[in-house]
Amino acid sequence: MDELKLYTYIAVFGSFAVYFGIAWWARAGSTSDFYVAGGGVTPLQNGMAIGADWMSAASFISMAGMISFLGYGGSVFLMGWTGGYVLLAMLLAPYLRKHGKFTVPEFIFDRYYSKTARVVAVVCLIIASLTYIIGQMKGVGVAFSRFLEVDYDLGLYIGMFVVWVYAVLGGMKGITYTQIAQYVVLIFAYTIPAVFISLQLTGNPIPQLGLGSTLADGSGVYLLDKLDLVVTELGFKEYTTDNMGGSVNMFAYTLSLMIGTAGLPHVIMRFFTVPSVKAARQSAGYALVFIALLYTVAPAVGAMARLNLMNTIEPVAGQNLEYAERPQWFKDWEKTGLLQYEDKNGDGKIQYTADKATNEMVKVDRDIMVLANPAIANLPNWVIALVAAGGLAAALSTAAGLLLAISSSISHDLMKGILTPDMSEKDELLAGRVVMTISVMVAGWLGLNPPGFAAGTVALAFGLAASSIFPALMMGIFAKKMSGTAAVWGMCSGIGVTMLYVFQHKGFMFIPGTSFLGDMGPNWFFGISPNAFGAVGAVVNFAVAFAMLKVTGPAPAHIQQMVENFRTPHGGVSAAHDH
Amino acid sequence: MEEKQTYWSENLRLIFISLVIWFVVSFGFGLLLVEPLNEIRIGGYKLGFWFAQQGSIYTFVGLVFWYTKKMNDLDKKYNVEES
Repeated sequence: MDELKLYTYIAVFGSFAVYFGIAWWARAGSTSDFYVAGGGVTPLQNGMAIGADWMSAASFISMAGMISFLGYGGSVFLMGWTGGYVLLAMLLAPYLRKHGKFTVPEFIFDRYYSKTARVVAVVCLIIASLTYIIGQMKGVGVAFSRFLEVDYDLGLYIGMFVVWVYAVLGGMKGITYTQIAQYVVLIFAYTIPAVFISLQLTGNPIPQLGLGSTLADGSGVYLLDKLDLVVTELGFKEYTTDNMGGSVNMFAYTLSLMIGTAGLPHVIMRFFTVPSVKAARQSAGYALVFIALLYTVAPAVGAMARLNLMNTIEPVAGQNLEYAERPQWFKDWEKTGLLQYEDKNGDGKIQYTADKATNEMVKVDRDIMVLANPAIANLPNWVIALVAAGGLAAALSTAAGLLLAISSSISHDLMKGILTPDMSEKDELLAGRVVMTISVMVAGWLGLNPPGFAAGTVALAFGLAASSIFPALMMGIFAKKMSGTAAVWGMCSGIGVTMLYVFQHKGFMFIPGTSFLGDMGPNWFFGISPNAFGAVGAVVNFAVAFAMLKVTGPAPAHIQQMVENFRTPHGGVSAAHDH
Repeated sequence: MEEKQTYWSENLRLIFISLVIWFVVSFGFGLLLVEPLNEIRIGGYKLGFWFAQQGSIYTFVGLVFWYTKKMNDLDKKYNVEES
């Protein structure tokens, strides 16, 4: 066994052992433990757990890669996925915590006194969460197969088993404390290589500053200027100004990601775990600090990885790398098929250009940028091993949060809430664990047989959260008179418009060939891409709900009184653990 | 009851101020005004680009802590803290 493999085994299985230890220590004994960790998590702990919950395989592996190739356009992910926490902290989290229930659909049921509303919320939640899990499971499989060279399937089974153990045993309590450990693993794994690379390229160890510094090669040229120059010479768009699909699209995209983030149930439900309203506000702040640590490093990782890649292929302008002399990491990634070269002009050298006819780097998968980065920069083996453990921590922590969101909405909202209300607490806890086990198996199955439309469904997850859950919660808090029937109309119209738009451009249920308008710019409404449409769906939701409110008349007095109550921290406290 | 209403309207005012700043640093400086701001540079960063990829995120963090502090003060002022 070589040194890299040994280090990787130590990092991966060492971190797994820690997760198991925590799971045993934090076993759940009641439904309150299982759904909201007993309501006793401190704001700092909750902030870290939210960070790990939120930062998925997509944030850890894919985001910097996307920024790497989108340049300025990649800003939508940076602003969208952090700006949503401002909305959460001010518009939703404190009031939902004050109301003090276990799940998001349960809040919607109480506020809108409607079982239909609860079921609509459960359906949105399950679709949004399941589509997310597919990505996490794929991330686990890829990390195992690349770094430990085991089978993709076997890697996935190991990942399923690990999540199953601590999620079923500990519920939210076990998940919370493992997520804290996972946050620590993933943030070190992300920032350490970035510090090394920033130091190499610019002499500045802080990546956020390195990105704005001059290169360390003595030329005195700023890193970003150099990058702009290198990419434009090869015919790519200028890195720092390339605006993905125009500014209207970027605007709508950012807004959709922000309100989608604020409406994602697996994040919202983490705010039910803290003991007070004050702690809910504080934990949103801490969460954003922990998230910002990674999100402000990501643009540096993206830009530096792009520059390193360009410099490897063309060390001096006009002198391209001989294919026979390509470095080891290049060969490693060629094996996975994520990097492909084709010698189109037969000169044995590598030409990488924006022109499809002459470009010889036929495939450069965005996802390899973060994983290959340490190797491209010649970093020591233990750093590469750490990245493997970090990627797994990111994927597992998010998967666990999503699994809990799904199983609680089934066992608590559908079973206890609607189908079998006289179930005892012990039975509900058992039901929660059984549903969790089934969810792990479904998620694993989806990871093994990813549906062809997996990539397109991420748009749907954010679209659903943005167009249904966020507006419903916000009106529930800020529009005291909003009636149940009007809110259901709003939710259904928001979802309807968003789904119709996504389907008409990407195919009905994502089946190729069934889209009645092609997925291309000229057909887009005001140039807004389907991924960015959730914001429009949200506007429709608000408009329809307020129009219907005129028809249905205001919510009954006792509901308005309930809204008054959760607007202030004091009085009528119904803490989650007294549930 | 009267007091509760003023507490709520003061809260709404804080939220409004925060969201204006939230909008200006991200959608304003990072997207709509990015071109004129890119004329200004801090180190190697064009200013508009910096707001889009760094500055807006730092401002978000500051905003949430500012709002939390202000709300804690407000809770005390109106005596609606949790027991």
